[in-house]
Amino acid sequence: MNYNWNWSVFLTPVPSGETTYLGWLFTGLQWTVALSLSAWVIALVVGSIVGVLRTVPNRWLSSFAAVYVECFRNVPLLVQLFSWYFVLPELLPPALGNAYKQSDPLLQQFLAAMLCLGLFTAARVAEQVRAGIESLPRGQKNAGLAMGFTLAQVYRHVLLPMAFRIIVPPLTSEFLNIFKNSAVATTIGLIELSRQAQQLVDYTAQPYEAFIAVTLLYVCINVTVMFLMRRLEEKVRVPGFIGGK
Amino acid sequence: MYEFDWSSIPGALPLLGKGLLVTLEVTLTAIVVGIGWGTLLAVARLSSNRLLSFLAAGYVNLFRSVPLVMVILWFYLIVPQALKGLFGQDIGDIRLVSALVAFALFEAAYYSEIIRAGIQSVPKGQVAAGLALGLTPGQTMRLVVLPQAFRNMIPLLLTQAIILFQDTSLVYVIGLSDFFGTAYKVGDRDGRLVELLLFAGAAYFVICFTVSRLVKHLQARFIK
Amino acid sequence: MIEIKNVSKWYGQFQVLTDCTTEVKKGEVVVVCGPSGSGKSTLIKCVNGLEPFQQGDIVVNGTSVGDPRTNLSKLRSHVGMVFQHFELFPHMTITDNLTIAQVKVLGRSREEATDKGLKLLDRVGLKAHAHKHPGQLSGGQQQRVAIARALAMDPICMLFDEPTSALDPEMINEVLDVMVELAQEGMTMMCVTHEMGFARKVAHRVIFMDQGRIVEDAAKDDFFGKPHSERAQQFLAKILQH
Repeated sequence: MNYNWNWSVFLTPVPSGETTYLGWLFTGLQWTVALSLSAWVIALVVGSIVGVLRTVPNRWLSSFAAVYVECFRNVPLLVQLFSWYFVLPELLPPALGNAYKQSDPLLQQFLAAMLCLGLFTAARVAEQVRAGIESLPRGQKNAGLAMGFTLAQVYRHVLLPMAFRIIVPPLTSEFLNIFKNSAVATTIGLIELSRQAQQLVDYTAQPYEAFIAVTLLYVCINVTVMFLMRRLEEKVRVPGFIGGK
Repeated sequence: MYEFDWSSIPGALPLLGKGLLVTLEVTLTAIVVGIGWGTLLAVARLSSNRLLSFLAAGYVNLFRSVPLVMVILWFYLIVPQALKGLFGQDIGDIRLVSALVAFALFEAAYYSEIIRAGIQSVPKGQVAAGLALGLTPGQTMRLVVLPQAFRNMIPLLLTQAIILFQDTSLVYVIGLSDFFGTAYKVGDRDGRLVELLLFAGAAYFVICFTVSRLVKHLQARFIK
Repeated sequence: MIEIKNVSKWYGQFQVLTDCTTEVKKGEVVVVCGPSGSGKSTLIKCVNGLEPFQQGDIVVNGTSVGDPRTNLSKLRSHVGMVFQHFELFPHMTITDNLTIAQVKVLGRSREEATDKGLKLLDRVGLKAHAHKHPGQLSGGQQQRVAIARALAMDPICMLFDEPTSALDPEMINEVLDVMVELAQEGMTMMCVTHEMGFARKVAHRVIFMDQGRIVEDAAKDDFFGKPHSERAQQFLAKILQH
């Protein structure tokens, strides 16, 4: 195979001249990280609420939470993304929809991708939260109630602190997933990492370098997240429990 | 307010059906090859051969840390170029083939992790008992461990299959007309993107929800 | 039949067996006892190579277990073993459990294997259960099937690794009865067990282990009459109180 490897391609300026191809990769990395982190915040908040609702005694609330989870789990992420991006603006009241459509395209892409990833991952987080709460002995809840706590207090002080510690490992894998899933935003044109890889293939004659570099960047994100989450896991460990001392 | 117009869907049903076939083709290939190759990877990863287990771990971790979109693009944009370089001829429309390969190799990494956990869930004493009867390590794995492991894993394997079925929609990035790709193209053509996207979403929901209910049912029957 | 010569074994830094030497002659029944963690289960698993050892050698019927050239599967196919937790294969019927190794290892035909298996199943009094799965049987029944499964291979000797210690008390005797019968028929047996009644009844020799060493290796009457070592005396006193 006579392919001319040329890693210095990253240092050459892009056609518009304002930065290098390396700069493009860096921009892509920034968007990937920004998108994933902001979506993760949504996922954690919404996912925790929905997960708790699935376990409460009120039937209406728990069914609502179940419906939420099933809807977001049984429709492909790509369909959800296109729905946020193409469908929702049409269904909004015209004033609001038009305002959205006239805003900066990058903002539109980012908002749609963030909401999509966040709410999609929230359904998965909710399932973990529910599993965490249900894995606790039933006696814990009764003990809390017997001490005179309200149900909300039982959740706040007894169930959730333990449940969240238990589900750190599965949450880590959801956190990793959100970075990987963020690549789907390439389909609506957001200039995150995998879009930049495609751009580099189009603009330079060095597709291998571009793809290897971007693949390695994803691996780096993965390794970093795993390292940080392991630190967190050690920090919240409870003595005498799985993994505790 | 937006006015819905569903009239372009009935005429597009044959096309959508064709798309669904592509979706199923990719899904089934990835399930079959993924489970086969994934089993080999899992066994390699658990083997006492250091090199083999290192290579298997490397494969699995690499594929699991890269987005599926990237893997699909690798096998569409990059690998065929290398092959073209090797064989020196045009290969024609490779979208379907590259999607099949990408999904099969990608899913194998995920399946192998499920299978590895399944193998590890079989008590060690079972291996000892198999060996003590004179079965070779290979026979013990094949006749004693794997049948039990697969039985424990069926719900997880099926759940992964549902995720895979949904993920095949990502072949959109290489322009392959699967179910979703077809829906998008029809919607774009007729200016009815909203309706077609909602229709596609509803169809996916019905299929996945039904299958996941079946899996739950199955699970309840298996765990007595 | 089984010669154990100066066997030592380490798990990393930790020594689990120290210089163990003993033998089991053809037709002999040897009971191995000792406190938990004394290495007795590890020793018996070394005999058919389920546990590797670093020093010494074990020779079974003229074949060295420690020799890397030895075909261990072949050796194991004629050394029967019964485990603490039965280890029947839960995904197979009782019949399949009895026949799988006969067919796959010894190359017997399915009919021949089934015939043999059912005969042995009848012998342990469980013929009616042939079509069931292990999960549908009680612990005692499962262990009797496990013994039949080992016997179906026409073993030249049998290894028992605490065959009754996972059983409810009322099921222990049904298993011991089968073992006593086997012993009386002249089967060569090495049994790790705490059942001293069984030892008194059929053992020729008793081996007492402590902290990875064989502390006492004596004829049955000598052992129960007056063990030499203090540890064995204490152990016996404790176990015989019950």
